[in-house]
Amino acid sequence: MRELSLNVMDVAQNSVRANAQLVTIKVEESEKNHSLSISIQDDGCGMTEEQLQQVIDPFFTTRTTRKVGLGVPLFKMSAEQTGGDFEIKSEVGKGTLTKASYVTDHMDMTPLGDINSTMSILIRCNPDIDFVFIHSTDNGSFTLDTRELREVLQGVSLDTPDVVEWINEFLEEQTRLIYGGANN
Amino acid sequence: MKSLAELQAIRERAKAELNLRKENPNSARVLVGMATCGIAAGARPVLNAFTEEIAKRGLQEDITVTQTGCIGICQFEPVVEVEIPGEEKVTYVKMTPEKVARVVNDHLVNKNVVTEYTIGANT
Repeated sequence: MRELSLNVMDVAQNSVRANAQLVTIKVEESEKNHSLSISIQDDGCGMTEEQLQQVIDPFFTTRTTRKVGLGVPLFKMSAEQTGGDFEIKSEVGKGTLTKASYVTDHMDMTPLGDINSTMSILIRCNPDIDFVFIHSTDNGSFTLDTRELREVLQGVSLDTPDVVEWINEFLEEQTRLIYGGANN
Repeated sequence: MKSLAELQAIRERAKAELNLRKENPNSARVLVGMATCGIAAGARPVLNAFTEEIAKRGLQEDITVTQTGCIGICQFEPVVEVEIPGEEKVTYVKMTPEKVARVVNDHLVNKNVVTEYTIGANT
């Protein structure tokens, strides 16, 4: 994957397929500490201990088993190749937490990339699922919580074009603020 | 700054419009393969290009763009399937954002399949 944001999109699909109602994606960057951590937490169907072992092993998979494949192994590799950490925890009926931590000044660090585009697509293509996106840097943080939007929208779908545009602009604006860029 | 008040205005507008259109039974579907293989091959910019092109032409009510899983031809990713009611499904392979405008214009609007981008022309 050329960008970590693509790994996020890929792994978040697993949450969608696990029938999650709420998916929380947290991106914590610190330039000072040369660190980045990305976590994806869902309240989906979860996995057994045995399945958990299978997801992190790319070679255990069979083409018909949709739950496993290269998604998680690639995400794991992206973190470990920077000297970072990777963990995945899951409980049947409760959900799954996937967390990758990176050493950002490592030579093999993959850029985060366009994480906003990932969030926008996830929300637009899964309007019945709620997403919480938290992005923080040394300068501050912001949160996009689709449950709050839903409350305001009262039945108007999150994939309505104008709503999607609002979400995109919100993400862009907030990102500019936490990256310390000029406000317009 | 984007505010929730703005979102409220969008809601009012959307609700007013909803009464006019309702579900469109003849809407076409664009399915972009977004499993690991598709994403790695560049499906995200393709999906974004479809959404933008369709919005630019004001066709959001007639065409839905959505993501789908791996359909088993990973070597041809990014794969895009176009479904128009009453017509045979068309599978486009090795898609790029540059190819999107033509698929929207020729196929989705004017109903002429872009044969050179289809799987049949690329195997």
